[in-house]
Amino acid sequence: MTLTNETIQLKLTEKFPDQLTDWQEPYGMLTFTAPKDLNLKVLQFLYDDAELRFQFLTDLQAVHYPDNKGAELAVVYHLHNLVDNVRIRFKIFVDIEKPDVFSATALYRSANHMERETYDFFGVNFVGHPNLIRILNVDEMDYFPMRKQYPVEDQSRIDKDDEMFGR
Amino acid sequence: MSDHILLPEGSIEKQTTTLNLGPTHPATHGVFQNILELDGERVMKSTSTIGYIHRAFEKIAERRPLYQITPLTDRLNYCSSPINNMGWHITCEKLLGLELPKRVDYLRVIIMELARISDHLICNSIVGVDSGAFSGFLYVMQYRELIYEIYEEVCGSRLTTTIGRIGGFERNFTPAAFQKLEKFLKEYPKVLKEFENLFTRNRIFMDRTIGCGPISAERALNYGFTGPNLRAAGVDYDVRVHTPYSSYQDFDFTVPVGTTGDCYDRFLVRNEEMWQSLSIIEQAFQKVKEFKGADAEVFHADVPAYYLPEKKDVYTKMEALIYHFKIVMGEAEMPVGEVYSSVEGGNGELGFYLISDGGRTPYRLHFRRPCFIYYQAFEELVKGGMLSDAVITMSSLNLIAGEMDA
Repeated sequence: MTLTNETIQLKLTEKFPDQLTDWQEPYGMLTFTAPKDLNLKVLQFLYDDAELRFQFLTDLQAVHYPDNKGAELAVVYHLHNLVDNVRIRFKIFVDIEKPDVFSATALYRSANHMERETYDFFGVNFVGHPNLIRILNVDEMDYFPMRKQYPVEDQSRIDKDDEMFGR
Repeated sequence: MSDHILLPEGSIEKQTTTLNLGPTHPATHGVFQNILELDGERVMKSTSTIGYIHRAFEKIAERRPLYQITPLTDRLNYCSSPINNMGWHITCEKLLGLELPKRVDYLRVIIMELARISDHLICNSIVGVDSGAFSGFLYVMQYRELIYEIYEEVCGSRLTTTIGRIGGFERNFTPAAFQKLEKFLKEYPKVLKEFENLFTRNRIFMDRTIGCGPISAERALNYGFTGPNLRAAGVDYDVRVHTPYSSYQDFDFTVPVGTTGDCYDRFLVRNEEMWQSLSIIEQAFQKVKEFKGADAEVFHADVPAYYLPEKKDVYTKMEALIYHFKIVMGEAEMPVGEVYSSVEGGNGELGFYLISDGGRTPYRLHFRRPCFIYYQAFEELVKGGMLSDAVITMSSLNLIAGEMDA
């Protein structure tokens, strides 16, 4: 039997009634949002369930939405069921003032570097990570460069007019 | 400076030796550092530091229209940049909802498989160099050169290719490109055979690599391995088969797998993949030759809103001028949405996660770089082994600094 997005959604809503929201299917990939305290429970359920078997963490990263007050940072997990070849994606939103998220390193060894990278660029604090230090940026850096308040262009330049050709 | 660079407490009295392998050690084949704790010649502990050539691609990408991001992807895995370029084009095409003609797909397959061969060729011959066999490396280099000449014939550059565009190629393959490809297909099998003869049953090479840096399938999956390194551990996961892109479903090929996931298996898997790539190129070339008439000249999709018009049309036709202006200024329509698309890169699943808010540039772009993810297993792979084994393990994992650091 092939695993369809409907089955996954049904099983997840059964297990976590009314807690998972924002179900979408952009470009065929099932996407939903989980409360931030539930991320490990959702990951564990998806990993352990005999039918779902999402046992491969493809990718983990964060996105910054500055206008989304109180939930500025989204941490996005991409999971892959290699047996049935199905991918899903889920997000959790956290407050940028207190960006504490449970670490998935106990479940996936691969999460180690990915969480360090996410911490490095967005400042998401992964609780329970064995070695949460900067990975790509210099250790002395005191800000999180991928947040949207740090534009790429050199602020000292006045010859560039963003009104016309900016983002 | 941070703690891990300072000498640890009591390090003068300790019984082990600390050795810095890298950042610019010839055996690392890239800029990254490993601090090894050695007991005699045995590695007790290894700590890796990466990020020496971090270039903030994801940040830069947030200020660039889609077509200007292609040159950034070149610099990820620079041993097989055409695959990265194609992966990026495929992601954009998925976001924009473009359908490509079959001939373009096949031409892309040819280029991607050539890139795979050049990537694996370097990796395997470097394993040879690190285990003391230099001649294979020099011998195959001229065929990598031939592959680069084919790229040059197609797009004008060799290493950082920026090959193709969203919607197809920038120009049709020239007859010279096909001639070079034919030459390659004719001569390369002999070379690869000879290269194999040098290594696969070589007693010294086998003794050096068998049982060196092994990993079980379970551990490999947990560590996020993909590509040849995962297949060497015995998992037949290949993006080309699981989620075919660029018409890979039209080709016959097998996915070689290993059993123990050690250096020797990784070497064999890469070697076999080169044979498979050769066969895919032959099939694709055959299919390309079958197009007749106008179909045989198609090298891009008919999507004027996203594909740059020909220069002579820009000077003579109103619409072409408008499209040209819109594309170059980054004003082409971008749908709102998020898309994850992946291709089988030289090292594994190279993924692009693109979020578009309808603006001229991506809202967020993330590269899933296979190297970056499986490199974390290195500490476990070399633990308890000899120092010289650590060096071969590193080269047989095909760690590319550009891909790790993005």
